[in-house]
Amino acid sequence: MSVSRGEIVTLIGPNGSGKSTTAKLTLGVLKTDEGKVYRRPNLRVSYVPQKLDLNWTLPLSVTRFLILTNRASNKQIENALALTDTLHLANAQMRNLSGGEFQRVLLARAILRSPDFLVLDEPVQGVDFNGEIALYKLIEDIRNKLNCGVLLISHDLHVVMSATDKVICLNGHVCCSGTPATVASSDEFKSLFGKQTALGLAFYQHRHDHEHLPDGRILTASVAEENSDV
Amino acid sequence: MFDDFFVRAVIGGIGVALVAGPLGCFIIWRRLAYFGDTLSHSALLGVALGLLFELDITFAVFGISIVVSSLLLLLQRRASLSSDALLGLLAHSTLAVGLVVLAFMTWVRVDLMGFLFGDILAITALDLVIIWGGGLGVLVLLVMVWRSLFAATVSYELATAEGAKPDRANVIFMIVMAGLIAVSMKIVGVLLITALLIIPAATARRFAASPEQMAVIAAIIGVISVVLGLRGSLEWDTPAGPSIVVAALICFLLSVVPIPRLKINAKNRA
Repeated sequence: MSVSRGEIVTLIGPNGSGKSTTAKLTLGVLKTDEGKVYRRPNLRVSYVPQKLDLNWTLPLSVTRFLILTNRASNKQIENALALTDTLHLANAQMRNLSGGEFQRVLLARAILRSPDFLVLDEPVQGVDFNGEIALYKLIEDIRNKLNCGVLLISHDLHVVMSATDKVICLNGHVCCSGTPATVASSDEFKSLFGKQTALGLAFYQHRHDHEHLPDGRILTASVAEENSDV
Repeated sequence: MFDDFFVRAVIGGIGVALVAGPLGCFIIWRRLAYFGDTLSHSALLGVALGLLFELDITFAVFGISIVVSSLLLLLQRRASLSSDALLGLLAHSTLAVGLVVLAFMTWVRVDLMGFLFGDILAITALDLVIIWGGGLGVLVLLVMVWRSLFAATVSYELATAEGAKPDRANVIFMIVMAGLIAVSMKIVGVLLITALLIIPAATARRFAASPEQMAVIAAIIGVISVVLGLRGSLEWDTPAGPSIVVAALICFLLSVVPIPRLKINAKNRA
């Protein structure tokens, strides 16, 4: 798999399928046992982790958190907060934020770094549905503005961001990959969520040629035929 | 009233407190209280080895602290024991080995109490140079790695991913801690160094809105504790190190007493 400049790649898959691990490999947080990761030299990376446990003894305001790994002017900080609708939280302490607010601030911090490569691990968890659409729209805008590569991990197996260029479904290995179907062509989606919400989301149709057995073995179509012979 | 030795003691104590404040904040944020304890216990082994090989004591303590913290990092990667068990193992075995080595050296008479609880009133002009020189070096290093060290404290993965070089910052933090232990041993003694790290930082937590503020406030509270503690020690003829720690404790207790205005702040934060 690869993520190019200006491309949005979405990773989906069940729990424990290796989505976050794959993301961490691309970031260099984890080292590969096999295979290689190539990053363009001097790549400016922003990372929105799936989970960030803040020690409550840390006196850490939102503004201070934004400049955790980089310098920024007050104007830039304001812009990043305004983009994610969190300007009113600028002086709040990080540990007092709600789940949704926390996610927005994480995203604001990632934007502030003007990355070449943006890795988002379930960025919309805990954000309400309309907020989710807005954040997806924002990620798309950022991609358009910075022309950065985006690797997005989605918590949903079937609904992905419509601006996604490529969807990769993982379960210990790459199960399938493709482009998401446009929302307009999916009546099922419309009936599920209504028309006005359909803007930022798209449906992904899985095309698997194999199944995962409970013991971890993989059942491909050819193996299944052999089994049926017996 | 201010005898010469007393002025030296105050200047030395202030030097240590200025460094211990910011470092103590990291000790609290990273939940490393027991790590500080372990390093200070192992300092006694440094004292013993320093006497045995006729090395400078401060230098020997610094060396042993580096060895012990490297050993800890190594064991953490390999052993199946948890960090606190490893720390306990290192702390008490180095302390015990140090005491045993000291006992074997029948030809040296060691003022053990001085090392354990500090002998701030025996500070020489050379000690002051070491404390302030070493302290300044530590502070400069700390300022240089501050951003990446703090980023690594918030999230190691985030810091790694975004190129903040947390590993380098962690190594420097380890060296800086060893340096502090070495220079502060004479002031408060090995058994009370952790107190000078933790109590001012814990006191500062309540008044700080940002990490940088907490570091500065901790340093100031440390300085106040040193001055008050030494004054009290002179006044009531109590041991210097413990008096400083008691003064720090009083500062902490005062900070816990609810003040109406601060209570409102606390409510807003809750």
